[in-house]
Amino acid sequence: MKKNFYRIAISSLLVLLIVAGLTACGERGEQTEEKAKSEKVTLNVYNWGEYIDQSVLDDFEEETGIKVNYTTYASNEEMYSKIVSGAASYDVIIPSEYMISKMINEDLLAELDFSNIPNYSMIGDDYKRLDYDPEEKYSVPYTWGTVVIVYNTQYVDEEDVEDESVNLLWNEKFKGKILMFDNPRDAFALAHSKLGQSLNTLDRGQWDAAAEELMKQKKFVQAYVMDQVFDKMISEEAYIAPYYAGDALTMMDENENLAAYVPKEGANKFFDAMCVLKSSRHKKEAEQFINFMCDTEIAVRNAEEVCYAIPQIEAFKELDEETQEDTMIYPPDDVLSRCEVFIDLPQEVLEWQSELWIKLKTCY
Amino acid sequence: MKTLLKIYNFLIVAFLYLPIFVILIFSFNSGTSRAKFEGFSLQWYQELFADELILRSLYYSVIIAVLSAVIATVIGTMAAVGINSLRGWKKSAFLSVNNIPVVNPEIVTAISMMILFVFVLSYFNGMEMGFGTLLIAHITFNIPYVVLSVLPKLRGMDQNIYHAALDLGCPPAKAFLKVVIPQIMPGIISGLIMAFTLSLDDFVISYFNSGASFQTLPITIYSMTKKPYSLKLNALSTLLFAVVLVLMLAVNIKKPKNKKAKS
Amino acid sequence: MSKSSSVSIGNQKTNLVPFSAWMVVFVLVPIALVVWFAFTGVDGFTFSNLKWIYVYKSTLWLSVKLAFIATVISLVLAYPIAYSMSRASEKVQRNATLFIMLPMWMNFLVRTYAWMTILEDTGLINSVLKAIFGADFQSLSLINNHGSVVLGMVYNYLPYMILPIYTALTKIDGSLLEAARDLGARGHQVLARVILPMSVPGIISGITMVFIPSISTFIISKILGGGKDYLVGDLIEDYFLGNSGVVNYNIGAALSLVIMILILIATFLMNHFDKDAKTNGGGVI
Repeated sequence: MKKNFYRIAISSLLVLLIVAGLTACGERGEQTEEKAKSEKVTLNVYNWGEYIDQSVLDDFEEETGIKVNYTTYASNEEMYSKIVSGAASYDVIIPSEYMISKMINEDLLAELDFSNIPNYSMIGDDYKRLDYDPEEKYSVPYTWGTVVIVYNTQYVDEEDVEDESVNLLWNEKFKGKILMFDNPRDAFALAHSKLGQSLNTLDRGQWDAAAEELMKQKKFVQAYVMDQVFDKMISEEAYIAPYYAGDALTMMDENENLAAYVPKEGANKFFDAMCVLKSSRHKKEAEQFINFMCDTEIAVRNAEEVCYAIPQIEAFKELDEETQEDTMIYPPDDVLSRCEVFIDLPQEVLEWQSELWIKLKTCY
Repeated sequence: MKTLLKIYNFLIVAFLYLPIFVILIFSFNSGTSRAKFEGFSLQWYQELFADELILRSLYYSVIIAVLSAVIATVIGTMAAVGINSLRGWKKSAFLSVNNIPVVNPEIVTAISMMILFVFVLSYFNGMEMGFGTLLIAHITFNIPYVVLSVLPKLRGMDQNIYHAALDLGCPPAKAFLKVVIPQIMPGIISGLIMAFTLSLDDFVISYFNSGASFQTLPITIYSMTKKPYSLKLNALSTLLFAVVLVLMLAVNIKKPKNKKAKS
Repeated sequence: MSKSSSVSIGNQKTNLVPFSAWMVVFVLVPIALVVWFAFTGVDGFTFSNLKWIYVYKSTLWLSVKLAFIATVISLVLAYPIAYSMSRASEKVQRNATLFIMLPMWMNFLVRTYAWMTILEDTGLINSVLKAIFGADFQSLSLINNHGSVVLGMVYNYLPYMILPIYTALTKIDGSLLEAARDLGARGHQVLARVILPMSVPGIISGITMVFIPSISTFIISKILGGGKDYLVGDLIEDYFLGNSGVVNYNIGAALSLVIMILILIATFLMNHFDKDAKTNGGGVI
């Protein structure tokens, strides 16, 4: 019996060692770094779904010989938890501004060496030194835009939208035809706008009130979705949905009955920027990738594919006039002044938000 | 009564196959929509073969399935032989432990292993979830099924032959390989196939235990469904389905001959 | 080597070593970790995570309810087809088994997505109905509710109900049924007194194989339920992956523990029931 116990104990240890060996597969730290240079480097790029012109990646691989392992996420929170749990090591990520400041605070991002990113000079000054990265050390802006409300003109009457209000999402007339963001930050932002509250409010009472609004809305909501919104809006399964401006334009290209507006109560204005993780073992290649993405021709191709506003000035000039003047992509200043950028909420507030969001999903 | 039952059976089969037909038909859609059929085209098949991500994860899936099935079959067969020789509480203790991954809901197995991996990995800097964690997870949920499919064969085996071999001077290891293994082979094979299938199709456990660099097909499919749905997935499913169908038919046509030979 | 002690084949102890080691490290230790997380918090040992079981009692109840309904529907749907399969010729039996298993080979996410295409307001069923009754037809709401979630469960797990029942039914000796009939039992009596009791082991394993994945699903509720109502599986996923912004292993582990215990109780009850049925069945014979 005792002998057996030792056997099991020793083999357990062996198994553990094998695990360690397997998980360490291919990661031997600095020793291999030299070797890695001569071999093909694989860069793990983690981006939003539908947020790049895929052929750009092929071009990058061809030009530099660096392989790109491209994976996508549906929300900032998903990306963040994957990284924090150690489930994955990425090199380049493209989070939104509030997530960037959170990650800067938590020391997850690497300081960039801008001498490797000469194309950074073509980024407009309006997009540098913003609140989320005040010393412009960690991020290179990729795109920006606002949240808009998309609706189908066939089913939604003129009078329902003439006030361009966020209230359309709470209109009982369209019960079962309204889609809603399936992530708490964006969903609560709309409720805050409806109540005339700041999107970044730190007041518990205001969060409760916003949750109350979402609770009321739940009865009218067809589904909580992220990128499935494309299918559902294009096939006219749903009539009204809030989404990001660039994606809204993609939908409008596919279905001419769709239209959109920035709600008069204001909305979220977001910046998505490219960052390199501190844990990245290929920082230089990552910077090379970021530089490539800022190249004028590449930025134009991406902008044409994803329809978002771009901060790269030279590339902006290359876009066709129609796009340059599109007020959905590049809203006029009076619209932008109504919009608010997310800040990184304190942990306490994040916990309220999570608690209230789960409450929304568990009230039947 | 009989016709009623026939109609009923037909309806159930129709229920099981309705989505399959939808997938099949839409894989030939010339439009992009999962909801509206616009015309016939093979474009999604073309795009499928151009999609490196899908092809790579299919390849990873097969690797994980083969490796985990083989390793699980070795460990599981040995375990079945061991368990079969036990009696009383020891036997039931081993069987109970073996049943845990079978009875436990997948999500619980998945998160319990995820906790272990996160825990262990946090002590080893610079390591991540990926091939290793995925392989371990798959072996773990495969082993019990191998044990369960080998055990009945051992029970039904004639042990006298083995002892006869020993009496005739055959070393135990050789007797085991030459006498026992062939007798329980059907159980081993069915265990292997079951393990391979389970591994290939697993989503939940892989979902919690895979990293960025190594994703199996179900995980890739899931991440693609979060984007606007691509009919590439329909094309892929249709192709895989066709392969399985052909394999099954081939096996099925072969079988009756064996049966006849037996009788 | 302990040749003398081996009752049957090979060196038993050595055969069990890799298995034991593996199961200890990757099954027992992880479960111990779940228990550990369920009873710890920031301040060490605590029972406070258990309060979440109370907070989410309606979620737990909904999960049990939907899984139960799905199991009952599967059982009712599966029995007749399993029965007629078991009475068919050998060739038909083989083909039928194949036919029922085949859909399971297609990826379950893709199949579940196909149900969206079928059930949506602009989907297949409503389009057909519109074609029949004219464009004014008010489309039926078939998706994004609890009904469609149950449908998803039944669809995905029905084969797991049909096959065990079918296997149990094939084991019934045909002469037994004849004997029952000869002794004057009517058709429904044969069914109720002989066939049904003897197929109980199959029914039980069918029920387990449908109920357990149904109660813990988190994908079906997301795809076919419109992401509106969390089941307990969604809650666990959320707490472990932090979809709503906060990761909390402790609450997630506590909820996992609850499902584990629920299933343990259910399995225990069923085995008990199974034994009763067996002794009863023995009595009949």
